[in-house]
Amino acid sequence: MSEVADAPFSTVEINNEDREEEDLFASAVQEVSLDPEVNGGQEDIEKSNMGDISISSPATIGSPIMEEIATERANNIIITVTEPQKIGEGMSSYVAYRVLTKTNMPIFSRHEFAVLRRFSDFLGLHEKLTEKYLRSGRIIPPAPEKSIVGTTKLKMTSTPSTESANGTNSSASVQSIFVERRRAALERFLNRVAQHPVLCIDPDFREFLESDTELPKATSTSALSGAGMLRLFNKVGETVNKITYRMDESDPWFEERCARIESLESGLRRLCGACEALATERRELATRAHDAARSIAAAAAADPHAPLSRALSHLSDLHEKIEHLRNEQANTDFYVLTEHIKDYLGLINAIKDVFHERVKVFQNWQHAQMQLTKRRENKAKADLANRPEKIAQASTEIIEWESKVERGQQEFDSISRVIKKELERWEEVRLSELRATLLRYLEEHMKHQAQAIRYWDAFLPEPRAIK
Amino acid sequence: MMDCVEDSSNDPLSVPPLSSPSTADTKVDKKKPSENVSLADNSLLVDISDALSEKEKVKFTVHTKTTLPEFQKSEFFVVRQHEEFVWLHDRYEENEEYAGYIIPPAPPRPDFDASREKLQRLGEGEGALTREEFLKMKEELEEEYLATFKKTVAMHEVFLQRLAAHPVFRSDAHLRVFLEYEQDLCAKPRGKMDLIGGLMRSMTTTTDEIYLGATVRDVNDFFEQETAFLQEYYSHLKEAVTKVDRMTSKHKEVADSHIKLSSCITQLATREQPATERFLTRAAETFDKCRKIEGRMASDQDLKLADTLRYYMRDTHAAKAVLVRRLRCLAAYEAANRNLERARAKNKDVHAAEQAQADACARFEQLSARAREELLDFRTRRVAAFKKSLIDLAELEIKHARAQQELFRKSLQVLRECQ
Repeated sequence: MSEVADAPFSTVEINNEDREEEDLFASAVQEVSLDPEVNGGQEDIEKSNMGDISISSPATIGSPIMEEIATERANNIIITVTEPQKIGEGMSSYVAYRVLTKTNMPIFSRHEFAVLRRFSDFLGLHEKLTEKYLRSGRIIPPAPEKSIVGTTKLKMTSTPSTESANGTNSSASVQSIFVERRRAALERFLNRVAQHPVLCIDPDFREFLESDTELPKATSTSALSGAGMLRLFNKVGETVNKITYRMDESDPWFEERCARIESLESGLRRLCGACEALATERRELATRAHDAARSIAAAAAADPHAPLSRALSHLSDLHEKIEHLRNEQANTDFYVLTEHIKDYLGLINAIKDVFHERVKVFQNWQHAQMQLTKRRENKAKADLANRPEKIAQASTEIIEWESKVERGQQEFDSISRVIKKELERWEEVRLSELRATLLRYLEEHMKHQAQAIRYWDAFLPEPRAIK
Repeated sequence: MMDCVEDSSNDPLSVPPLSSPSTADTKVDKKKPSENVSLADNSLLVDISDALSEKEKVKFTVHTKTTLPEFQKSEFFVVRQHEEFVWLHDRYEENEEYAGYIIPPAPPRPDFDASREKLQRLGEGEGALTREEFLKMKEELEEEYLATFKKTVAMHEVFLQRLAAHPVFRSDAHLRVFLEYEQDLCAKPRGKMDLIGGLMRSMTTTTDEIYLGATVRDVNDFFEQETAFLQEYYSHLKEAVTKVDRMTSKHKEVADSHIKLSSCITQLATREQPATERFLTRAAETFDKCRKIEGRMASDQDLKLADTLRYYMRDTHAAKAVLVRRLRCLAAYEAANRNLERARAKNKDVHAAEQAQADACARFEQLSARAREELLDFRTRRVAAFKKSLIDLAELEIKHARAQQELFRKSLQVLRECQ
């Protein structure tokens, strides 16, 4: 391994090339061993950046994955997103959310603080986090989708006071549902970031939570901007790459995980469809209950027998209430279950992105490997031809490429390791979230049933009172 | 006399495929008199002991037990089809003597088209479903089919029971033939021509109604009110029936969509670690049970609410028919009056005309008195039936909601323990 001697030379070059990853390679070089603990290194650097000492000790280096997960769970931070409020009028208006953070983590200067943030700020944060951490194999929690239709509708409606005066209550409720969904999604996104050991202490994230000043407007997040277009092109290119390039998987763990994620995704898609169908059917049932209530009311009005007429009109009222209940049930189906699953599909996409990132790193490494072989061949040719100047050039090239190969391999190893850890972590979070969701779903439905019992109980004396 | 009618009129709605406490009660009620009264004089007890569904038709085995002297035996069975029930109903409608009575509405045609269609769709969509889902759907459909079948049988039974319990209708010759005659009654299943004929007939009766309503002036307030009420009530009931039907069928679909949900979760479970798998399997079971309860809720709503409304819609129609017949009678009476005047003017056949006029008058008076009685009775019968089925409905809804709540509570408990 004669290259080791030349290593400092190559690291200079690396540092020039890679923006974010310098810490990573710095640590790799310091240790020179073939097994650098990437996370430990990165965390160390970030820690020193923030001047914080209490989080994650150097002991984490080389410790088993599970242990790290256990210590990471200590993130004691709760973020709530509340009070969505519309600011401004017309197309330039936007909805601002109040982001309230409660924490006792020492890296934050206070225990409780709140800021006002708009949707694009969230997207900007997501963008920044993706830029910084996707390359190293971190799963970035997905941010809610931009919805041009939803936001435009929201922008077009005037302020709530005039709205209620106009009597367009139904559209108002649609909008409030839209805002509420978005609010929940944003809250979920922030909490996921907050629970992540590395993302949580990111300076941008802290700035997002803490800084009282308005964040610079993230123009690149707008769907129609130039940056958006660029992103779209990149995405298309990546997709083509994803489809065309197949990597020979050497790690059975990844092979198995990849397959599992794929099957999980298809399963979740089906489940999502089933949930949506249930919610839709229930919503329709609500409308039909309403129709039934109307027609029963009409029949009740025509009934000459007073007590029966009263009982029937109560039955009609009851069905109106049931209509409401059915809608609530549908909301439970939708917001608790379907949203959760959709959210999951988003996470799975993030995981796939990470996998893809690993493939890209692998590609680079393979490319370097190929180049190295070529250079060696060149050198051999030059050796045969006995041309000293070429031999010298070839050897420097070989050294250069050898270091690139090594770097590629290190990068690949490190991303693989990070992904493994991230996935372990995700797996646990996933299961506990799924559990919580199902329990919450059942609890909500139990409440609905209790409500139904109350309704019918209240109705029962009416028919009994006939005659 | 009306007690019996009232009793049996409640029946169609309380012979549900899914047993409920109230059903058990009514069944006992029905049986008890049959044991006691069978020994007494003049009893005629009819039930449908068996029914067989063939490709296009349903064969009902009508069982009769009687002590009436007109019948040759005291107990006998005949096999009848739906068309024969309709035939019997039409004989009653045609009979002038019964013009003042509300004739029990003929049972609705057995209609399994909806179930069949669903089954067919299920067969076509088989590829899109997993085996489990398919089996569950099929099971659900079979249950539905069975429920429809039982309901049809119950409707036919109620028709006969109302006739048999009625003091006048029970001694009708056609009924005797229907119950006793062992051969087919030649009530051919309706062909296309017959259908058109039926359509024409119903059209003429409707135009007849409108014509009569427009030309004949009714002097009697009671009947005028009654007509207005029945017209309005009928249309409201009709509307309510369709709306409630739509609601229950949608409820069924809601129940069905739990199948997919449950199977998807089961599928997910197979890919998980044992602990999670157990958790998810339990959750899937909960959804499956939830589906059953929702399904039962839907069919009880159908039975208690939709069917009550439907039955009284048809009964209202029958009551309306009485009023039309009365109007027709009134028209005949007025015609007789005019004839008499003409005869007097010409001084020819005065006596015959007088006689005819007196007859028409008597007939009309009698019919009016009878109709009045029947309509009043219809009202009380209706109220009683509605009361009963509304109470049943509320009780069943509460029962199902409780069951559902209990199910959720239990599975929450189990799932919480399941680490």
